[in-house]
Amino acid sequence: MRWLWLDRIVELIPRQRLVAIKHVSLAEEHLHDHFASELSPPGGSEPLPPMPVMPACFIVEGTAQAAGILIGHAEGFREKVILAKVSKAELDLDAVPGDTLRYTATIQQMDAVGAAASGLVEILSAHDPARPPQTLARIDLVFSHLDNNLAGESFPEENFVFGESFRTLLRTSGVA
Amino acid sequence: MTHEEILGKVRGVLVDALALDEDDVTPDATLFGDLGAESIDILDIQFKLEQAFGFKIAQGEFFPEGVSQDPEFVREGKVTPKGIQVLRQKLPHVDFADFERDPQMRRLADIFTVDTVVRFVANKLNAGEAKATA
Repeated sequence: MRWLWLDRIVELIPRQRLVAIKHVSLAEEHLHDHFASELSPPGGSEPLPPMPVMPACFIVEGTAQAAGILIGHAEGFREKVILAKVSKAELDLDAVPGDTLRYTATIQQMDAVGAAASGLVEILSAHDPARPPQTLARIDLVFSHLDNNLAGESFPEENFVFGESFRTLLRTSGVA
Repeated sequence: MTHEEILGKVRGVLVDALALDEDDVTPDATLFGDLGAESIDILDIQFKLEQAFGFKIAQGEFFPEGVSQDPEFVREGKVTPKGIQVLRQKLPHVDFADFERDPQMRRLADIFTVDTVVRFVANKLNAGEAKATA
């Protein structure tokens, strides 16, 4: 499995906003080990079979990848953009197989040391394209430009953050 | 902006950045010891201060950089007099009087209190006003 939690970048406004989508598939191995916490309907006596759902940590990771690409793109992917902190993560819904997630990452602040970004994650209805997107999560993130870290540590020159998987995503999305 | 107004906004920033209760954020609380901040929180706090007060913070302006790695400034785990002199110049919002009596590097984090942040903001706002009226 590749550590890539986005399928396609659909919009990129440099230094401002990136929108990407991910299709949640039952073929993903991790879905078969992670289930919704509520197994019975309210007031019901019969337990329902467990419902596989996408783990929240992977939704946060997808948001971080969307924001990280946006921040990396701002300087031509020369900076090593590392997720430093999840400032806030509020998730209201579960993502289930067949859902399409839309990640919208927006840069709030950016300087030589790092960047702050906010993410909105929405579920697009697979059954009814006319149905408005449902908000799944609001996530605030802080990124560090690794070579400008406050501790003054040195790292290898090669940009190991934006590796082959990211380059493939950029290429197939028509970004690079 | 009055001292109380600045303290109120700084308290909001720290509550948000460090997930604290407002009552925890007293003027003499240390950022790293009492409030549980980690080094990466400094970047988050800087960004939130910029948003709250509408100014830009230059690299190394709020928190020291490049001091601990320099053998001229830190020797045998202690900050040298020259190191303290440089820190004073770089960080005029920090009170080094107590630290100077026992300048062990591990104590450096303790000098950053809520009041330090308030003084930093007040200095920045005053400098901005001075520029605006010049």
